[in-house]
Amino acid sequence: MTAYTDKIRQIASKLLTEGKVDMVIGFRKGSIPMMNQPLFIKTPGEAQELIWDSHCALNLANYVTNRKEKIGIVAKGCDSRNLVTHIIENKITREQLHIIGVPCTGMVDRHKVSAMIEAEITAIEESGDSIKISGNGFSKELKKTEVLQENCAGCTHRNPVIYDELVGELVPEQSGVDPYASVREVESMSPEEKWNYFEDLISNCIRCYACRNACPLCYCPTCFVDESRPQWVGKSQDPTDVRTFHLLRAYHCAGRCSDCGACERACPMGIKVREFTKKLNKDCLELYGWEAGLTVDARPALDTFKADDPQDFIK
Amino acid sequence: MNLIQIDAQSWAKGIEKLKAVYRTFGPKKEKNDLEFKELQAGELPELHFQNTRMSPKALVYPQTQAMFTYSLDESREDCRILKEVKRDEKPQAAIGIRPCDALAFKLVQRNFDSREYQDVYWINAYEATTLVGLACDHPCSTCFCTSAGTGPFGEEGLDVLLIQQNDTLYAKAITQKGESLIQAAGWKSAAAKDAAGNMDALKTKAESEISAFVETDKLKQKKIMEIYEAPFWEAETFSCINCGTCTFVCPTCWCFDIQDETHGKSGVRMRNWDTCMSPLFTIHASGHNPREHKYERVRQRFMHKLKYYVDKYNDGIQCVGCGRCIRSCPVNIDIRKICNKMNSFDPQSCSCEVASS
Amino acid sequence: MQNPYLPYPVRIDQITVETEDKSLKTFKFVFINPDDEKRFAYKSGQFAELSVTGMGEIPIGIASSPTEKGFVKFTVFRTGKVTSYLHSMKQGEIMGIRGPLGNAFPWETLEGKNVVIIGGGFAFTTLRSSIITMLDPANRPKFKDIHVIYGARSPGMLLYKDELQAWAQRSDIHMNITVDGTDDPNWKFHKGFVPTITEKYAPPGNADTYAIVCGPPIMIKFTQPVLDNLGYSHDNIIMSLENRMKCGIGICGRCNIGKDLVCKDGPVFTLSQLNTMPKEY
Repeated sequence: MTAYTDKIRQIASKLLTEGKVDMVIGFRKGSIPMMNQPLFIKTPGEAQELIWDSHCALNLANYVTNRKEKIGIVAKGCDSRNLVTHIIENKITREQLHIIGVPCTGMVDRHKVSAMIEAEITAIEESGDSIKISGNGFSKELKKTEVLQENCAGCTHRNPVIYDELVGELVPEQSGVDPYASVREVESMSPEEKWNYFEDLISNCIRCYACRNACPLCYCPTCFVDESRPQWVGKSQDPTDVRTFHLLRAYHCAGRCSDCGACERACPMGIKVREFTKKLNKDCLELYGWEAGLTVDARPALDTFKADDPQDFIK
Repeated sequence: MNLIQIDAQSWAKGIEKLKAVYRTFGPKKEKNDLEFKELQAGELPELHFQNTRMSPKALVYPQTQAMFTYSLDESREDCRILKEVKRDEKPQAAIGIRPCDALAFKLVQRNFDSREYQDVYWINAYEATTLVGLACDHPCSTCFCTSAGTGPFGEEGLDVLLIQQNDTLYAKAITQKGESLIQAAGWKSAAAKDAAGNMDALKTKAESEISAFVETDKLKQKKIMEIYEAPFWEAETFSCINCGTCTFVCPTCWCFDIQDETHGKSGVRMRNWDTCMSPLFTIHASGHNPREHKYERVRQRFMHKLKYYVDKYNDGIQCVGCGRCIRSCPVNIDIRKICNKMNSFDPQSCSCEVASS
Repeated sequence: MQNPYLPYPVRIDQITVETEDKSLKTFKFVFINPDDEKRFAYKSGQFAELSVTGMGEIPIGIASSPTEKGFVKFTVFRTGKVTSYLHSMKQGEIMGIRGPLGNAFPWETLEGKNVVIIGGGFAFTTLRSSIITMLDPANRPKFKDIHVIYGARSPGMLLYKDELQAWAQRSDIHMNITVDGTDDPNWKFHKGFVPTITEKYAPPGNADTYAIVCGPPIMIKFTQPVLDNLGYSHDNIIMSLENRMKCGIGICGRCNIGKDLVCKDGPVFTLSQLNTMPKEY
């Protein structure tokens, strides 16, 4: 990880020194364990602030939407897929970006780690596959593979799909992982069980919209929940409105979601909001052979029509 | 005030007695975290925790609250006339709230209960509530209450303070309301003579465990426009995604929206928590938005808490140091760092000391 | 405890279409409970929340004057959800008003002074209220010279046309009505933008002269330097702000500009005050 950090700093500094970009977007060390903070730097001197570790889970593609500058951006596999989607959807141009690709071995699930220990974790260190957490009167060693975010554990695109340079050797992609196991579990439920499952899932939602705002796909000038004429959704804690928000948000991401997990990570209430988007990712893969953000040369599944598209759903 | 000693058995008995008189709320395990919920028969409040994920402000100021009902049925005499919603007047007790969260009620009271206007919803609920605090023996690393007007054993805003020592609880009534609650619970064993001294030692120890601080001494003397126009806002707020998490978890954020919701021919005028992080908060019907950019909205939140409030009420910051916004922020915006930047900002040299957090 | 969020029920007594494009209508309301009219004791410059049941509330300046009894008037521009619905409502329908809210123009300060009213477009509503108040026979002696400069895009876009005509006939008020342009050969008032007309016809500034300026941002932007040149001190320039509001009573927190709440500490501020506040309006 320190090797990645050194390389990121070196590249950022060079890009800024040579004037190839106006800014570099990356992460700096956060003020509390397992949290890093996205930042931009504009001078080579600031490159020392940039870091990389297993807590850089937010999706930085979210920070380039509609920007006009030339930008150097640090991107792991999922970030790069969202940059591809951004390019396809005209939210940024390829020419504006200098992509500093980070081959990724997954990000640590902060909700999961916090839940493992009753006491407060005040420090976390990693070396290789080992994560050491400690706090007042305790210290514990964990294997990183055991505390990965769920989307990272099932990830099959750890390497950036587009990049201008890499900070390290490409990592082997995982094979034999099953990203959709939990979707199949839900699919096998009766309608009533499904209903109860999702009701329980979102029961403590506070409608802060952190899931939406952490997502690089959610860039509409006015989100449907914010529209007042007509007003599609009420603003209270009424379960119908909470449900409507989560379902529609997921549908708006269909065929565009890279399963980066930023939504789930951002949720202050620990809601597994990916349970909605994953099902649509699975459908896109099974029905159209489509995974979002792998190439700038093909239109996404939901804005193309092929004669042999499955049409069984038309009754 | 005398200290009352409560053993485990009379604690459980007392809580049951309270439930007959009060709607009784306490921290309960809720999906891997703790939230303030109503305690059902046989349930005891959790007493071993650092703090709840959401602040207990919702006990007095729910996220969604019906204000009026109405009918749009033309055949009715009262068509379109708003009618007040009957409020539950039963007293409620919040058991186990932290001193920081108790002080928060006092801070927001200035807003809801001003000389000119009284918010009947907030005031009625607040008056019906007895706040039973639980002293913090192990503050979080993100707690900075001692530099935000209170402390782990702070009493302001509380009706009763509970202090835990091993398996014994000590209760100190702070107000008449608190005395009544202790009486209703039937707790009456006076603590041993040396107990008060022990409590002081616990207090000193807890205060010494606070490891985070903010500097606020120079906020008042600076001009609003000096801090408002400081050059650090854009960089410091870059990571913000404008979710409202910080405002929702905050015990001192009070802003709300008013909405009419009609179903068929009847409806409710309600209020819902709102957030200054949202562009909708200030956008005019014309489309013009006085706080169009993200950094302007984030700046508003910090300026409100750490400068506008300070100037308006001349009594400290609108923050109690609970640290929830730091722990819940998805992008690690840290109020300690921003506060220190604001406090140390020198418009002459156009710089601020590098603030440690 | 009185509930400050509860509107007084009112009946729409009369609706007047004010402008040729029909975007502005004046609503005259009568209180359903006569006692409510006494409770709704207001001053010119204040506003109220108009409550359209099922749609919501909107803050609107009071266009009638406290000297007019038996009704209150509001002139409403059709723009958002509530105002659009309000424009579709009919005479006789029931709605609510909540107020009066906010401070007013500083009438105690203005007594014994020259008052220059400068208005543009549809921001003339509380200015109409002020003129009616000052011209009331019981009040007129309290003020020295009264000047009015009021402009709109075209003659058809002027508010309160009949009253403007009547005031123009009077000798105790100096009317300067203007339009940006018109083809009407019978147009007998000025042509030109408000700042230009102000430059020509407004009296020079001095300690005894106050300007009340309400209008679109562009008008305010170009009028201010004119007033500076005429010698008006910023303490003598009075403005009224609009911001998005909900509660109207300083509690819901959305209309603040710095530490001041437009709904409660405003909407009326002097330019001196505004100079020390963020430009968040």
